[in-house]
Amino acid sequence: MTTITLDAPVAAGNTRNTVVADAISITWRNLRSMMRTPEVVVFSTIQPVIFVLMFRYVFGGAIKVPGVPYVDFLMPGVFVQTVVFGATNTAVGLAQDMQTGIIERFRSLPMARSAVLAGRTLADLVRNVFVVAIMFLIGFAVGFRVHTNVLCLFAAVGLVLLFALAFSWVFALIGLGVRNAEAAQAASFPLLAVLVFASSAFVPLGSMPGWLQVYSRHQPVSNTVEAVRALVLGGPTMRPVLIALAWMIGILAIFTTLAVDRYRRL
Amino acid sequence: MEQQPAILVEDVHKRFGPVEALRGIDLVVPTGTVFGLLGPNGAGKTTAVRILTTILRPDRGRATILGLDVARDAERVRQTIGLAGQSAAVDENLTGRENLRLIGRLTHQPKEQILPRAAELLERFDLVDAADRPVKTYSGGMRRRLDLAAALVHRPAVLFLDEPTTGLDPRSRTDLWGVIEGLVAEGASVLLTTQYLEEADRLADRIAVVDHGLVIAEGTAAELKARLGDTIVHVDLVAPGEAEQVKSLLAELGPVEIGEDGKSIEVNVADSGRSLLRAVRILDQAGIEPESVAVREPSLDDVFLSITGHKAEDDEAPTEPSKNMTKSDKEAS
Repeated sequence: MTTITLDAPVAAGNTRNTVVADAISITWRNLRSMMRTPEVVVFSTIQPVIFVLMFRYVFGGAIKVPGVPYVDFLMPGVFVQTVVFGATNTAVGLAQDMQTGIIERFRSLPMARSAVLAGRTLADLVRNVFVVAIMFLIGFAVGFRVHTNVLCLFAAVGLVLLFALAFSWVFALIGLGVRNAEAAQAASFPLLAVLVFASSAFVPLGSMPGWLQVYSRHQPVSNTVEAVRALVLGGPTMRPVLIALAWMIGILAIFTTLAVDRYRRL
Repeated sequence: MEQQPAILVEDVHKRFGPVEALRGIDLVVPTGTVFGLLGPNGAGKTTAVRILTTILRPDRGRATILGLDVARDAERVRQTIGLAGQSAAVDENLTGRENLRLIGRLTHQPKEQILPRAAELLERFDLVDAADRPVKTYSGGMRRRLDLAAALVHRPAVLFLDEPTTGLDPRSRTDLWGVIEGLVAEGASVLLTTQYLEEADRLADRIAVVDHGLVIAEGTAAELKARLGDTIVHVDLVAPGEAEQVKSLLAELGPVEIGEDGKSIEVNVADSGRSLLRAVRILDQAGIEPESVAVREPSLDDVFLSITGHKAEDDEAPTEPSKNMTKSDKEAS
């Protein structure tokens, strides 16, 4: 970046960290845009609410989890499922921006190359804060209880949000690859199915066939769900949280690099 | 020091898989002038604009904006240029003012100047009343004006207008031409792409005709038109039987051809009024009563026909892969 002006006074508002400033500008734009299309936020909330009601009252009776009420087992899974499904919005948003041509304009502007992606994923993170807060409220309404303490609850929320951010970057790469909103939706679903349904989000791993357990036990959604469960239900937390964090940091490191590189070559 | 041209393009090539979108283009646009790139869909116009605005890198050759290399000095080129038209866009959910403010922030304008500049541009492009409405409520013409305003936020020295009026109704097109002429009068350096000879004629000082990734003719509008005659006298006959006779009768006025339907005759002429009168007299003396006789301006098709011997057929030209459309969109359009 060559936009650093050496003679500019380092006064308030005049420091030119373009990457941060540009990412904030794009985040602002995406949040504004989101507020004008509230249906996007509403729909990304309705789906997980349906999952909660379905698993709590329809399938829940048939699923036996030793030691805890099913609703307490279920909700950590729903939190993670919500943000992974919600990450599709990142892909759809970017695909739309390419379709309309606004990304062409951004690419002709003297702005940081990573800002469009950072601004997209940060705006989606803000959306997730709201969605996750709503999901916790719904959870409490259907009988979910935190067995530990407030600190652990906040740690759990933090973990879910960081996971949301990591997956936004995975879907950013998908969004840049497909170039139209419908294709972004379609391309996202297989990944969602493999990650969310073949995991410990809704059912205990022990109920799956052995070969599937091997995969389900060692994939990021399961590991994150287990860490969130440990934080809200009690039990040893250090190991599951570290494993989950390792996944998120790994995913962020790989997919931010791949997505920014892809954006540069569009 | 010798002044650098606004735009210099030397032997630029660009290939998308099997499609050679640009096959060695050379252009020079002096500062303060308007240059028109005229050609049908898929001729390579947008590819050229995307290379010059640093969105794409050329495979071969060199392009500079005011002496800055578009590949090696991309960051400084971006501070120098503005892009509007089909390859750029605004955010539908933001208001006009918010869109301009966003561009002001992304081009790192001094904070206190961003809103005044937005207000100034909204005023200038007659968008004050709509300034605080989301863009999705705008008409096509308003959108294009906002798009153009967005390209001007950071006062670029060189402006790229990629088919600025394609898809507009005639009235909005004329309005937008007025706006662009205003910019030109203030001394902007502009590269304009268009499919309309009339548009290039009205706005551009010099025109390059592009076909299949090559510049096939270059000159002022007058020079290009001189190559095919100023205007065309068009005669519709009642029956095809007389076509050959009429063709030979009118040959003295200029190059003459029989249309595909077999009963229309077109003559390229230099002097429309007098030639039309002559044509009518010749036909009258020969006792031929045509269905209609008219004079029309030459179109891009006529320019193409006279330069290349083929019509500017969209579907035969290689289509450049557009980032904005999917394959099925393109087939539909």
